[in-house]
Amino acid sequence: MKKLLLGNEAIARGAYEAGVKVSAAYPGTPSTEISETIAKYPEVYAEWSPNEKVAAEVAIGASISGVRSMCCMKHVGLNVAADPLFTCSYTGVGGGLVAVVADDPGLYSSQNEQDTRMVGRSAMIPVIEPSDSAEAKEFMKRAFELSEKYDTPIILRTTTRLSHSQGAVELEDRVEVPDKPYEKRIDKYVMMPGMAKRRHLYVEDRLNRMAEDMATDPLNRIEYGDKKIGFIASGIAYQYVKEAMPEASVLKLGVVNPLPKKLIAEFAKNVETLYVFEELEPVVEEQVRAMGIKVIGKEIFTRQGEYSANLLRKAVLGVEDYEAPTAGLPARPPVLCPGCPHRSVFSVMKRLKLHVIGDIGCYTLGAVAPISVIETTICMGSSISTLHGVEKAKGKDYIKNWVCVIGDSTFLHTGVNSLINSAYNKSSGTVVILDNRTTGMTGHQEHAATGKNLKGEPAPAIDLENLCRAIGVNRVRTVGAFDRDALTAALKEETQADELSVIICRAPCALLKGNVFPNKVFVNAEKCAKCGACITCGCPALSKNADKTAKIDPEMCNGCGLCASFCKFGAMETREVVKK
Amino acid sequence: MSTNIMIVGVGGQGTLLTSRILGGIAIEKGYDVKLSEVHGMAQRGGSVVTFVRYGDKVREPIVEEGQADVLIAFERLEAARYHHFLKKGGVLIVNDVVIEPITVISGQTTYPLDVLDSLEGKYKIVKVDANKIAEEVGNRRVFNTVVLGVAARHMDVEKDVWLRVIERTVPPKTVEINKKAFLTGLGE
Repeated sequence: MKKLLLGNEAIARGAYEAGVKVSAAYPGTPSTEISETIAKYPEVYAEWSPNEKVAAEVAIGASISGVRSMCCMKHVGLNVAADPLFTCSYTGVGGGLVAVVADDPGLYSSQNEQDTRMVGRSAMIPVIEPSDSAEAKEFMKRAFELSEKYDTPIILRTTTRLSHSQGAVELEDRVEVPDKPYEKRIDKYVMMPGMAKRRHLYVEDRLNRMAEDMATDPLNRIEYGDKKIGFIASGIAYQYVKEAMPEASVLKLGVVNPLPKKLIAEFAKNVETLYVFEELEPVVEEQVRAMGIKVIGKEIFTRQGEYSANLLRKAVLGVEDYEAPTAGLPARPPVLCPGCPHRSVFSVMKRLKLHVIGDIGCYTLGAVAPISVIETTICMGSSISTLHGVEKAKGKDYIKNWVCVIGDSTFLHTGVNSLINSAYNKSSGTVVILDNRTTGMTGHQEHAATGKNLKGEPAPAIDLENLCRAIGVNRVRTVGAFDRDALTAALKEETQADELSVIICRAPCALLKGNVFPNKVFVNAEKCAKCGACITCGCPALSKNADKTAKIDPEMCNGCGLCASFCKFGAMETREVVKK
Repeated sequence: MSTNIMIVGVGGQGTLLTSRILGGIAIEKGYDVKLSEVHGMAQRGGSVVTFVRYGDKVREPIVEEGQADVLIAFERLEAARYHHFLKKGGVLIVNDVVIEPITVISGQTTYPLDVLDSLEGKYKIVKVDANKIAEEVGNRRVFNTVVLGVAARHMDVEKDVWLRVIERTVPPKTVEINKKAFLTGLGE
């Protein structure tokens, strides 16, 4: 049966058909749907772990015990999981082990544009890369076979475009793979210097053998056409080549680490001009060049953003045949939703003129106009330790008007380590946990404090207040995110205190299922002074009528009442609406 | 040869559901098909783009500049933002409503209300106030299905195929209202 599947759904399907038994991940766009899909199969144990390092270790444990296992993450999640994965490269596997890593060329929802193929090379872990949903499923199955054959974890690399595109996939049955017997082998699984030295030799030999074998493996293939021009391409970039220049010769790489050098040499010999067409870093290009082969790559193709067939046509053929876009249009950047509790918290911080160190989540949108309160964002969990660094550099008094903000899911991801550090090293900073009871930006995933797990089953819920107290924070308090007076008082008090404090601002995400707003706000035009103060709260449900009175889109309004608290004239009236 | 459709709008307007209905249509007709979607931060009220391509064999999942046969825009400014993705003489279907972006609401810039005027003559432009029609049909939220009905007038797909795919793609509780919205858009 053929079905339209997202790349991510096809990856999950491939793992399922390959007999995977354990899957662990932390949500991250564009990888999230892999875990959400695999969780639906009762044969597979699937979990949200607090972060990618934990997820990778769970998968490693499952693999050592002899079952096929996987972990999934976005590219920056691979940095968090790098420690276990780099050494798992040395230990190799028991049951097949695949780390699915989703890169984000074009930064649709990320803080950088790093290239996972570079990490694969550095970790000496083989990397394979499918080019559509059908291949995503097939490659996933091959990944488990290769993992077991070469005794190595495999990275299956995808990108946003592949993960979030749908294509037709032929569904097949799951094959139950017998568990490998568990072996106690300290030479393989205890990585202390003596053992690791020998495993390093093994790893090098493994990559050389694999590179040799991959020259004839169907994962890599040459499609000869017009031999005047030849492209080396993999992943989605291969599709752009076929789209733009279907007549050209192509060496399609399914395995991007290690490279099948024999096959590359053969292809290079048979085409007149050779291009490497690869998104992001010149990973393949530099290795081809090092083989002494003349090749064209990043001198005409950019390192930034997503590629396309038009980009190739322009760079290689000099063709650009379409209407010019209309210039000067107003941008439409993403915004916090109507009724978002973060907006309320930020409005208080703005009024108190606080410096705000941010973190990763929807609330990063608090950096841009008209909210404009967040001043730094680096990576998951960084806010608390960044504030600590500012304090240690400049002293306690310097941070009396500084706070950091971190979401509940991000706090449990890696923020908690930083809070331990702040308590241990006597920080006096003010940490604000924006607790919206979910992992918001990736689309509402459960976490260790929501009371449910990935399978939707009831689970223990961490009590954030008690967790902070157990770490050694004495000043912990919880405030409703829409209670602006209480929040104002709390922020004034805690920023002045000479001791570390945590303020938990709690209100569920406006989009969270079951979160019903009983009210809507209406404008009383007679009272409206046309001053525009309400607009400054930055809610997209608000705008102005032609006569400059405030206007609220009743479809969008969630009745949070934040705009009403900005109005001095009582023109914003909150009324209960009957939900049908 | 493939048919290339692009759907643009504001995050939350249902571009994703619309592209999935179109994908279902292509499968039903026995074509190879690829769709491309937007998830994550970009969905939060921002400018959202999805693509649907179908034909004998589809390579890339995106529709590029100068290649769309049909551009379905759920909002006026977004129609203007992406018109250059259309082929010369392609069909531009606009839900002719104005949703001010935050950059306009907050006074950083103004909304160019006449933004579609310069496009007249370049494409076959079909304007519809689907929000108003959807309200008349009985639910403002199904405006996207009204627009789809208008688009269907320019596509070679039988009515019963559309209705079958709508039935299995939209949430079960909304099947009847969506069918009604589609037929109204289609002009029946």
